[in-house]
Order: sequence, then structure tokens, then C-alpha cells
Amino acid sequence: MRYHPFVLPFSFGLAFLLIYTSIIWIRWINRLSENDKQLLRKNLFSFNTLAAIREVFMESLMHRKIFRKNVFLGFMHMSLAFGWFMLILIGNLESRTYTAGRINPPYFPIFFKFFRHDLAPLKKLEAYFGFWMDFFLLIVLLGLSLAFIKRAHSKVLGIKRTTKHIIIDKIALTSLWFIFPLRLLAEGFSAALYKTGNFLTSFMGDEILSGIASPTLYLQAWWAYSIALGIFFITLPFSRYMHIPTEILLIFLRRYGVKEKEQHSSFTKIEINACSRCGICIDACPITALPESSETQSAYFLREMRYDKPTNNQNESCLLCMRCEEACPVGIEITRIRENERKEYQLFASESYNYLTSPKNAAKGKVAFFAGCMGHLTPGVIKATLALFKAANVNYTFIDEEGSICCGRPLMQNGQTDAGISLRQINKDLILNSGAEILVSSCPICTREFIEHYVLGIPVFHHSQYILELAMSKKLSFRNNSTKIVYHDPCELSRGLNIIEEPRQLLRLAGELIHSPENSGKQQSLCCGGSLGNTNLSANQRKSIAENTLSGILSDKADIVATACPLCKKSLACSNKNIEILDIAQIMLEALIAPKFIPENTVESTKMESNLTYSPEINSIISE
Amino acid sequence: MRKTVAIIGGGITGMEAAIQINKLGHTVHVFEKDEKLGGHVAQWDHVFPNQRKAREIINELTCQISEEINIHLSSFVEKISQIDDSFVIKSDNNELKADAIVLASGFELFSASKKEEYGYGIFENVITSVDLERMFVEKGHPFMRNGEIPQRIAFIHCVGSRDEKVKRTYCSKVCCITAVKQAIEVKESIPEASVYNLYMDLRMFGPGYEDMYQKAQQKGITFIRGRLSEASEVENNRILIKTEDTLSSRPIKMTVDLIVLMIGISPSLANNQILSDLKLEPNKDGFAEIADDHLSPTHSKVKGVFIAGACTGPCSITDAINASRSASVEVHHYLNQV
Repeated sequence: MRYHPFVLPFSFGLAFLLIYTSIIWIRWINRLSENDKQLLRKNLFSFNTLAAIREVFMESLMHRKIFRKNVFLGFMHMSLAFGWFMLILIGNLESRTYTAGRINPPYFPIFFKFFRHDLAPLKKLEAYFGFWMDFFLLIVLLGLSLAFIKRAHSKVLGIKRTTKHIIIDKIALTSLWFIFPLRLLAEGFSAALYKTGNFLTSFMGDEILSGIASPTLYLQAWWAYSIALGIFFITLPFSRYMHIPTEILLIFLRRYGVKEKEQHSSFTKIEINACSRCGICIDACPITALPESSETQSAYFLREMRYDKPTNNQNESCLLCMRCEEACPVGIEITRIRENERKEYQLFASESYNYLTSPKNAAKGKVAFFAGCMGHLTPGVIKATLALFKAANVNYTFIDEEGSICCGRPLMQNGQTDAGISLRQINKDLILNSGAEILVSSCPICTREFIEHYVLGIPVFHHSQYILELAMSKKLSFRNNSTKIVYHDPCELSRGLNIIEEPRQLLRLAGELIHSPENSGKQQSLCCGGSLGNTNLSANQRKSIAENTLSGILSDKADIVATACPLCKKSLACSNKNIEILDIAQIMLEALIAPKFIPENTVESTKMESNLTYSPEINSIISE
Repeated sequence: MRKTVAIIGGGITGMEAAIQINKLGHTVHVFEKDEKLGGHVAQWDHVFPNQRKAREIINELTCQISEEINIHLSSFVEKISQIDDSFVIKSDNNELKADAIVLASGFELFSASKKEEYGYGIFENVITSVDLERMFVEKGHPFMRNGEIPQRIAFIHCVGSRDEKVKRTYCSKVCCITAVKQAIEVKESIPEASVYNLYMDLRMFGPGYEDMYQKAQQKGITFIRGRLSEASEVENNRILIKTEDTLSSRPIKMTVDLIVLMIGISPSLANNQILSDLKLEPNKDGFAEIADDHLSPTHSKVKGVFIAGACTGPCSITDAINASRSASVEVHHYLNQV
């Protein structure tokens, strides 16, 4: 027998899925930019394809990245993906072998145990195929039971909160959950009635179903199995399970060099659809810890992007700390997508800053130092950095004193591209006119903006890197006073610029660095809550994020908290924790072995008072 | 039988309460953590609204403290426990059983270094209103760190008041008028100096306050509506300040010799321990909570515990004295009942 009407739900579902997904894939690929298409053509027959196939195996099937987060969670995902894949693969081989290589209809291997009861022709292989089919069914069922546990007690699987799903996801999820138990039931009946089973299905048939097994129930079970598959396939393209085909496409395109651009593109659609809403980003998000947090995390943001439009709240209430992106097992460029989405709302025009003019002359120096707006809110950082420069006899110029303005990054983070770009030129003129050979900034936000968006033609360093360089070249020497220091990684410095080791190396010259799980590098470091990327949080919410972050990194042993970002310093200092928060430059200045000459007056200015700009009203008061 | 009342805090509130409760015929013990009585007011040179010497107020109160009043100086209250209707106060060197408590433990000054952008503790010519008052006590006029007499002085209002960023959303009530008073005094001590006030709102609500404000304007003191955005140190350790004149909507940059930060009134941290010992909750700003905003301004929510003065929130000397007298009467009625 090679056909029975019960295969129709499955067959219809599969046909729909294949046709629908193909159309979508073709449309996505077709709408890629010319540049991206060229990348695709160029790389199709290259090692990149092999690398992509390997990555699809490692990530889409084995879920290696999720394994790293939690073994049980990894096993859950792996067993469902890889287990099911093996069932399909071995099932096909099995049916092919029994039918002597004939091409079978797609449903045939799936419902093989219905169509073939007489397994005699290939006695030896029977046991072999039967065993592995049962083995992988068991693996999938184990994974499924973990999925049940995850819904009820997610903490067992290392997840504090699971994603709240919408109705279509719930339907797809329910049908998926039914598929494998129904398969076990159907094959169990086959085993009970026709002795087709191996260890698992025979056990099911002989021990559990033998009493009730009847041809009617047997057929009903196969119908139910086929219907569950059919529903799953039909709902798949509209639910979160669309990530299954999309992630494969994403991996290939990414390997070919396709990336998110300055605006949304067809690739963005692919990225959005590749999100499985697994919820790992929800735990990673610092906002989740707030008592009143709503659905603003990336899983929800990407969901809204896919079906509709993100709400204002979802758009604005993101710290852009990149923690979710670091945690995302699919590697979606979430932060870039968020920044691009914000570009839809232009509040400032490029003319908004027309009143600013480029200053004529800049003071000369080999090293240009830029403190930025946040630096001016933490004068202690500027003072310490300049004192270190003086001690090392650095020929520097302090750009901010020459009338520098905001680097533009906060505007860019909030999608105000035109206005942001208009700010760049003034700083660029100032920096280049100073004749500086390198640019140093004590602010990671500015540093990142200079590196990624200014085309300066001179190297840019964060002050922690530059001070370390001064120490390495023996221009500065420090005394280790064994202060116990906890280091807080600023987001823009660690995840943004991958500057993780340099500050630690520097701090080890001044004291003892205390390790805690929350501050051990790129993935873990938490946002201070001060992020200028979030325009939605209240001062109190920011404070509770700062407090959570501090509790995460603090231990009883710590004497001080070091950071390398003036914004982090300010945000953390506002918390209720009774501990001193210092910038890395301040700590290094404390530990400095004084050079022969100690600059008395560490902040000097060459600016004459006549250069200052007053409003006319005040001018008249001042010149009285 | 004479009843015993413990008064926590020997500032003007505690002194006044001691005097009144003693007059009403009860045994009084005052616990003061410092070596002398008088609290914050004793640090002050002159007080508003009439530029009277603060010393006079302290002296007058001290004269009224009779022999009968037990004063425990340098006595930090470590723990208070409640047994039925009485309280046991444990301080550094002794334990006392009391029938009622008057909490008059005052406030803490806002720590100006929390507003790092203003440069307190970083730039040498940034001082607080309290530092300025000490300068008046010391030399009769403000001076720069290098000893020179400042020619341009800016007062920065609301430092640690009405500022969400430092968790102080309330108004400290006394700083506006203090700034006006100090500005006048600076101008009187250095007549050629230019004096500026950077304010958000000027809350001249008390008797005589508006007159002082008028007087300040007549003396040529400049008032600029705008909060200080940032300060930096320029040559000769002078301070470059940036603000916005919000009345003319223009940014301003100006260089001054000295800036004075009008630091606000913060809840005292030591108070928190006492409140938790007495099972009292602080109010949303962190001060001791009064039982009823209108009708029981000196009752706490615990029977036998009365509160007065700046431990309930920012208040002037007059407010503190009024609260002390009110609390004294309430204590008296309470002791007569039990």
C-alpha cells in the first residue's frame, strides 16, 4: 500500500509551506541591494558556502551557542532540531532501502510504519534502522519534556523569564508539541498490531497500548499525527517558527558578507524573521529587572517589527547596551536595526545647529585630548587625565577648551542622523587644525563615534589605552598600593569597541583587580543605566538599573569601583551603595610615582577672556 | 511622679524642647552627638531674615537651659528599644529609661561633591554656602584659596534640591533666602565685587524675605534664571561657568573668582537607624514621617514618640522653634495621660 487519505493534511501542509517559503525567499533575495546580490554571486561557489553549511549544522541543528548558555536549554533546542532532522534523514534512508531505491512520495517515509508492516526482506537492516528511528524519537521526546518544564519552571533551564507569545505562536507551539507524542502513539499502535516496533515503540505497543489497540484507534492515531504536522506546517510561516528556514538563509548571506546598512533593507526582513523569540535576550536586558518593565525587549521589538510597527515605548525604551545582541544565539544585529528604526522619527533638522560655527584656530599639540560633554559633567576625570599627560610630558592640546561641541553620538543613537552629522564637521576641523597626530578621548561614547563615523585619518585611542601606552613606554610609573578594585565595563567600550583587556591591564598596575562573574568581559557587563540611547526611562528607573549593576559587580572585598566612562561614573555614583566610584585616570593618578616635576596647577588655559562669548545682556553686566 | 523625657539631638530644636518640657515639670535628658549644643545654627554667622547674629540665638537658648536639664554631650544614640510604654536609650556611655521621646535629630547637608559637574572638591575656588558662612566667621568676607579677595562671585541655587538626578526632588526651603542674605553680605563686605545668583525660582515666601530680595537688587546683585550646566577651571584657578539665561533664552559663559553652592537639606543617615529602631518609616524624601500633615505635625506614628524640627523636613529656625513648642505641649498631655 502506498497511499491513504490520512496523509492529506500533512501533504497539503508541506506543499503550502514549501511554496510559500520559496516565494518569500525569492522575494527577499530579489529585493537585496545590487551590492548584496553581487556578494551573493561572488561567494556562492567559495569556501564561504562550506563555512555556512558548517555553521548551519553547528547553530541551526546543534545550537552550540545555546549550549554555552545552559546545557539543558541547549539540549532542549538541539534535541528538537537535530533529533527531528535525523528522523527525517534516517526515515528517508529507511524507506528508500525498503523500496529498493524507488522515489517515494514525501509522506511515505514519514508514515512508513503505516505503509510497511512486513519488514522481512531486510532482516538485518530492520533492527538497525528501527533502533535509530526510536532513538531519535526518544531524544526529541526528551527535548519536548524539557520544553514543558521550561514553560512551567524556566529557571531550571537557566532562563528567568520566557517570552510571552501571541496567538499564532501558541497554535504553532501546541501543534508542534503534539507531533511527537502522536508519532509515538501511532507507531506504538503499529508495533502492537503488526510487530513493527523497536525498543521504544515496542515498549509503547506491548506494555501500554496492547490492551486497547484496535484498527480503528490505530488509524485515528495516524490521522491525528498527520493533522498535527499539517497544522504546524501551515502556521509555521506566520509564527515564530519561520525562524527555521530563515536562519539558514541568514547564515549563508552573513557568510557572504551581507550586513545591516544605514537604513532598513531586505536583509533586515530576513534578520527580523530569523528571530525565534527564544527569550534569551529578555534575561540579558537590564530593563527586565525593573519592576514595571513592559514588553520592550528585543524579542518583542523584533516581533512588532515583523508584524506591524514597534510602539514608541519599544522604540525609545532601549539602552542600546548591546547586551541582547551579544547574547542572541542567532546573531541578529539588533542594535543596528533599532537605531535604523529610530531614524523614522526626525525631530531635528540638519539646520538645527546652523548657529554653530567652526572656530578659527586651534591650539597646537601632538596629542589632541577630547573630554566630551560627559567629561564636563565629571571634571575630576579631565583633571586626572591631564595631570597624567603632564607628568608624562605629553605635548597635548585640550580640544574642548577650543570650543569643541558634542561628538554627535547621542543624536545618532536616537536616529537624528542629519543633526548628528552636522555636528561632526566642527569637531573634525578643530582636531585636524591642531596638527595632532593622535586623538585621545576619556569618553567611550565619543571614542566610538570618532572611530566608527569620523574619518579623521589619525589614530583614535580611549584614554585607558593611551595611559597604558605611557606606562608601557616607561613615561609613567605606578606604585601598586594593593587597593582592591572592581572594574565596571562600559558598554560602548567593551561591547562597542572590544576594549576590555587594556583597562584591566592598567588597573593591575595600581591595585588588585577583583573578579566577579558579572564583570568578566564582553557578554556579562551590565549597563550603568545612564545610557543616552534610552529616552524613556525615569530618573528612578535609571537609578534602579545602576543599583542592580553595582550589586552585580560588588563584593565585600572591594575598596573602590573603577570605570572608564564618565557617564557610567555619574550614573553609578547616584546609587545608594556606599562605595567610591572613580574613573580609571583618577585611580592611576593616585598610584602615580611622582615625576621630578609635579604640575601644581593641573588645568591651565591659554584662552583669553576676550574670546568668551556672552549674551549681549550679560555682556553689559559684565563690562560694568 | 515625675516622668522622664529623652530628647535626641541638641540643636536649636532639642534645646527649645528641653527648656519647655522642663518648665512643664518633667525630667529631661538631651543626647547630643557633638561636643557642644547648638547644631548647625551654631556654625552660622548671620541668619535671615534680619541678618541677626546666629550666636545670639544660641546664647539665649543656652541661658534658659536650667541646672535641672541633663545634657549628655558627645553621646551618639546607638540603639533605642521599646518595652511596653517606655523606651530604653542606649548611647556611648550609658543607658536611660524614658517615658517619651522627642526626636530632634536634625538633618545632614547635601554632599556637594555628588554634583561633580560643579567641581566641589576638584576646583579650589568652589565652596558651599556653609564654607562661606565660616569665612564670614573667620575673616568677615569671602576669600579665594590663594588668599585674594574675589571680585566676581556666583551663587548657585538648588544644589541638591529639586533635582531628580540626585534623588532630591523636594525644595530645601531655606536656601533661596540664605543665598539672598549671603549675596547681600558679600556685596556689603566687598562693595566693588560683582555678585550673581543663578536660580530656578526664587521662593521668597516668608516674612521679610521679599524685602531682602528687593534690597539685594537695589545693591546691584544680578539674578540670572538658569541652572548651572557645567563648571571648569581656567587660568588663576578661576571658574568658567556655563548656563542658560532662560528669560532671554540664550546660553551664557562667564568667568568668576568664586562660586558658592547653595547646598540643600538632606535627611540624616544616622536618623535611619533610630527610625528603624522605633519601627517608623521615613517619608518619601527620607525624613521622619509625621502622623498627620495638618493636625498632628509633631506626632510620629508610634505612641510616645514625638518629632520636631529638620528631621521631619527642611525648615527655618522659626519653624523649628514652633515645632519644638508644639511637641512639648503634646509630650506634656501624653505624659499626663499614661
